[in-house]
Amino acid sequence: MIEAAPATSLGEPNLTAISFFFAFISVTLAITWWAARRTRTTEEFFAAGRTISGRQNGFALAGDYMSAASFLGIAGLVSLSGFDGLIYSTGWLVGWPVVLFLIAEPLRNLGKYTFADVVSFRLRQTPVRIAAALGTLAVVTLYLIAQMVGAGNLIRLMFGISYELAVVIVGLVMLAYVSFGGMIATTWVQIVKAVLLLGGAALLCVLTLAQFSWDPTQLFARAAEEYGRGVLAPGKQVANPWDAVSLGLALMFGTAGLPHILMRFYTVPDARAARQSVFWATGLIGAFYLMTFILGFGAMVLVGREAIIAIDSGGNMAALLLAEVLGGTPLLGFIAATAFATILAVVAGLTLSGAAALSHDLWVSVHRKGNAPHAEQLLVARIATVMLGVVAILLGILFKGQNVAFMVGLAFAVAASGNFPALVLSIFWRGFTTAGAVASIVTGTVASLTLIALSPTVMVDLAGSDSALFPLMNPAIVTIPLGFAIGVLVSLAHPEAAASTAYDAKERRMILGVE
Amino acid sequence: MNAEIRALAQARWRMALILGGVVFILYFGFIFAVAFAREAMAMEIIPGLSLGMLLGALVIVGAWVTTWIYVTWANAHFDSTLSALNRKEGRE
Repeated sequence: MIEAAPATSLGEPNLTAISFFFAFISVTLAITWWAARRTRTTEEFFAAGRTISGRQNGFALAGDYMSAASFLGIAGLVSLSGFDGLIYSTGWLVGWPVVLFLIAEPLRNLGKYTFADVVSFRLRQTPVRIAAALGTLAVVTLYLIAQMVGAGNLIRLMFGISYELAVVIVGLVMLAYVSFGGMIATTWVQIVKAVLLLGGAALLCVLTLAQFSWDPTQLFARAAEEYGRGVLAPGKQVANPWDAVSLGLALMFGTAGLPHILMRFYTVPDARAARQSVFWATGLIGAFYLMTFILGFGAMVLVGREAIIAIDSGGNMAALLLAEVLGGTPLLGFIAATAFATILAVVAGLTLSGAAALSHDLWVSVHRKGNAPHAEQLLVARIATVMLGVVAILLGILFKGQNVAFMVGLAFAVAASGNFPALVLSIFWRGFTTAGAVASIVTGTVASLTLIALSPTVMVDLAGSDSALFPLMNPAIVTIPLGFAIGVLVSLAHPEAAASTAYDAKERRMILGVE
Repeated sequence: MNAEIRALAQARWRMALILGGVVFILYFGFIFAVAFAREAMAMEIIPGLSLGMLLGALVIVGAWVTTWIYVTWANAHFDSTLSALNRKEGRE
């Protein structure tokens, strides 16, 4: 494939890329060494000692959220189909106001490390924590598969090393950050990555727009001249309208159920800082998606669709090819290293949230009934981290060559259907009970996983069947209402007097914080 | 929890729900328009800018503006009233 496009040096080890890559690794490992000396307690390991400021956390949230899939994937989608990429960009942003209005402040005031802290607050610990840990691990696993397979493919294409080696490198570097430096190292890796990614995208945007008299509409008009008016209009991504609506629901309500995002709100000192951090994150992420849209059109016009497809049929290399056209090998190297940093930061956040579910929810709260000494909690957290790192590497190798792009959409659907309803009901509804919470999380998670297995994406595209049992690619339009309905109905059928009484204390703490 | 704090908390939920509703309507208005009014979305307002692209960008701006309104309101009004009520409650 690469030989077919001799105009690019993509895929050949290039000096700038390797230099930037090693510079990034050195800086982040230095941060990890610094962070490791400050990570002595569980609170430091999982919540950075709650010392991160609102603005810092906003950058870290952006770094945790803006994955290589959205940077390279959306730029690629826009470069091939134009307008349709905007549907994803807006969806990935509108989850943030939902997080701000409904979740961020109560979450910070009620919990310690995981969203299960909030759901189980006045309910029976053991069943709720087991269910919530299940929901967390389902989302984290799906997300990790998508990230690791993406990482293997990208790094193979960018640096010309083997897929397996790329997956192992990502896994080991990430493990170094998380197991030694915990949340402090993860936070700063995410901040560095957010600055690099936003800076890189802004630079590409400036260089692109400089060629079109600083007027984006001239760029869009040129794209329409070359590839037809269709690039400015809804295309085949919305062939089935209800698919678009269902995906929209998953994206809008999924963000508020992503364990690695929710966990970040515990790193700030109070609810005010939590609020502030979503404000920053929304601004940064929105700007990033607007820039990605321009980059996609820039690649369409300046690189050309044929050249983009010649390298990767999914268009994933569009942003990198654009960098090469605009700034030669040095800029290509810088953007490639940035994409690599992007993957590492997201994988680190995911692993840490999975480790929190395993150690804080399952080991400490369920197995030890909350009575584990600090040294043991920290040890278990590190063991859980290493286990998840190994699992991530194995999943990456196991799913080699599979089309896993749909798994990010699925992770959002599971988060929106399994985690989000239980979280909202536990915060807002006095009548929510242990049975309701468990039923809601389990039903939402299992139903969305099942419907995805019966969807055209899996049955037709992967398994090669002629038709699918469930017509939509994303199940959220069915499973989000289902998660809420089951949570309400089961709670009404099994009232819990103690939980209802304890709601007063929860409501008070939700507003006033820890007193 | 005293009535004043409860009223303040309710004011915040009202604010959150109104702004959340605005984002929901903006976004799903855009999604439904893209899904069911494709012709109209393809219309170019000025050369190079279709109605759909403008509305998509407005959804992003809408998300910014609503979060800005909420944070500004909560920082200025909610936090200060809450701490004043807290002090008062502490004295009682």
